[in-house]
Amino acid sequence: MTTQREDAHAHEAAPQVHIAVDKGHAALAALPAKIRARDVNVFYGEKQALFDVALDVPENSVTALIGPSGCGKSTFLRCINRMNDTIQGCRVQGRIELDGENLNDKAIDPVVLRARVGMVFQKPNPFPKTIFENVAYGPRIHGIATGKAELEAIVESSLKRAGLWGEVHDRLHQPGTGLSGGQQQRLVIARAIAVSPEVILMDEPCSALDPIATARIEELIDELRTQYCIVIVTHSMAQAARVSQKTAFFHLGKLVEAGPTGEIFTNPRDSRTQDYITGRFG
Amino acid sequence: MNEHIVKSYEDELNTLTAECARMGGLTEAQVADGIDAVIKRDATLAAQVVGRDERLDVMEADIERKAIRLIALRQPMANDLRRTVAAMKIAANLERCGDLAKNIAKRTLVLAEAEPMTPLTRSIERMGRLVLGRLKDVLDAYTSSDVDRAVLVWTRDDEVDEHYNSLFRELLTYMMGDPRTITACAHLLFVAKNLERIGDHATNIAEIVHYEITGEEMISADRPTTDALRV
Repeated sequence: MTTQREDAHAHEAAPQVHIAVDKGHAALAALPAKIRARDVNVFYGEKQALFDVALDVPENSVTALIGPSGCGKSTFLRCINRMNDTIQGCRVQGRIELDGENLNDKAIDPVVLRARVGMVFQKPNPFPKTIFENVAYGPRIHGIATGKAELEAIVESSLKRAGLWGEVHDRLHQPGTGLSGGQQQRLVIARAIAVSPEVILMDEPCSALDPIATARIEELIDELRTQYCIVIVTHSMAQAARVSQKTAFFHLGKLVEAGPTGEIFTNPRDSRTQDYITGRFG
Repeated sequence: MNEHIVKSYEDELNTLTAECARMGGLTEAQVADGIDAVIKRDATLAAQVVGRDERLDVMEADIERKAIRLIALRQPMANDLRRTVAAMKIAANLERCGDLAKNIAKRTLVLAEAEPMTPLTRSIERMGRLVLGRLKDVLDAYTSSDVDRAVLVWTRDDEVDEHYNSLFRELLTYMMGDPRTITACAHLLFVAKNLERIGDHATNIAEIVHYEITGEEMISADRPTTDALRV
């Protein structure tokens, strides 16, 4: 089902014509795979939500998962930090490797895993605590910071990396819920990076934000990718095109096509991808 | 190809392609009439060609405006994006062809005053027919989304160049033989050069059509070319 774009040219013109080849494949191939998913099948009770998904997520890059509602993209995202464990009746089969380690292995502690794989949700969900405590919470419970000074340093650097420090440094002890939507989302991102994760998962992180707040988050995503592996689920095709280097298109629980973002949006190989991104799905 | 969910978007894209095709038809007519005017020494036809050129300018501006508007308001993706950009680029190439046709037609007035040079006129006619055929083929390839036909135009561009080179030599021979023919021959040389340029635009359009349909670029280095300066 998966169209491997690296493999073949769907359109073969007359043989005497040579075709320019590099469309970002080389740049993507140069990045090692941080996450390797193979034969992933997910069931919600009797209903199968994902079918034999195989996808490599490159390190230090943003991978966008796109597709119509119910296509399985969020289900796949949740596989990466074992959030599906928390859903009643959900079964996950297959291998998902993080740096070669199978995440579905019994020996993996999901709590530890979730510190390595952070997550940001659609609606900003700061804890009903102060701004400082929102960010300090993770490092404290995971025992990352030993003293008060170290904790303060982590909070400051996380808020700085999330681009929020300038706006909140003088009101760190006010409730996080008092911030604007865009600020709350950056606070949540600061909270996620405070525990030094390797991967950040984002499930429609901008769908509740205005264009300016969205632009700030997108700029932040672009900065963060130099240090992290980011996977983002988005319904906005334009956002996927703007922020990601790799795009994977899901449809009816199957991974239809994955490849360099520039290629997916100018010259997709599969007609289903084409129909979806051009607004032709009936 | 399925239709867009948003019907008005589908309509806008179709309008863009249709207008580009219509502009192509008018350009073909302009080039044909420009050549005819020179060959038949028909000043009236030449004046008509010159007068009609403005319509091509207006059409190009209109297609460009519509394409930019569509990009801004619809954010076309994938084949839709390629189709939009192709229409814009093809319109620009056609507008240039129109200018060249007008330029050819203008020379009729000078050439009509000189002594007829039948063999040269025949050569121009042959080259004109060839170039016109290329333009027609590539526009047919565009309207029927026929990538093979576009590739054929693209690979055969050297035939036009060869015609140009042989005409160049022929004109030199005339001018050396009888200096009184220099004025007319110089004008015919420009006519030949303009025809060769129209051939180049047809090749450009072939590349655009190829990209529009396949999403892949053609590399010009692989196209056989004839060096025009080696005479």
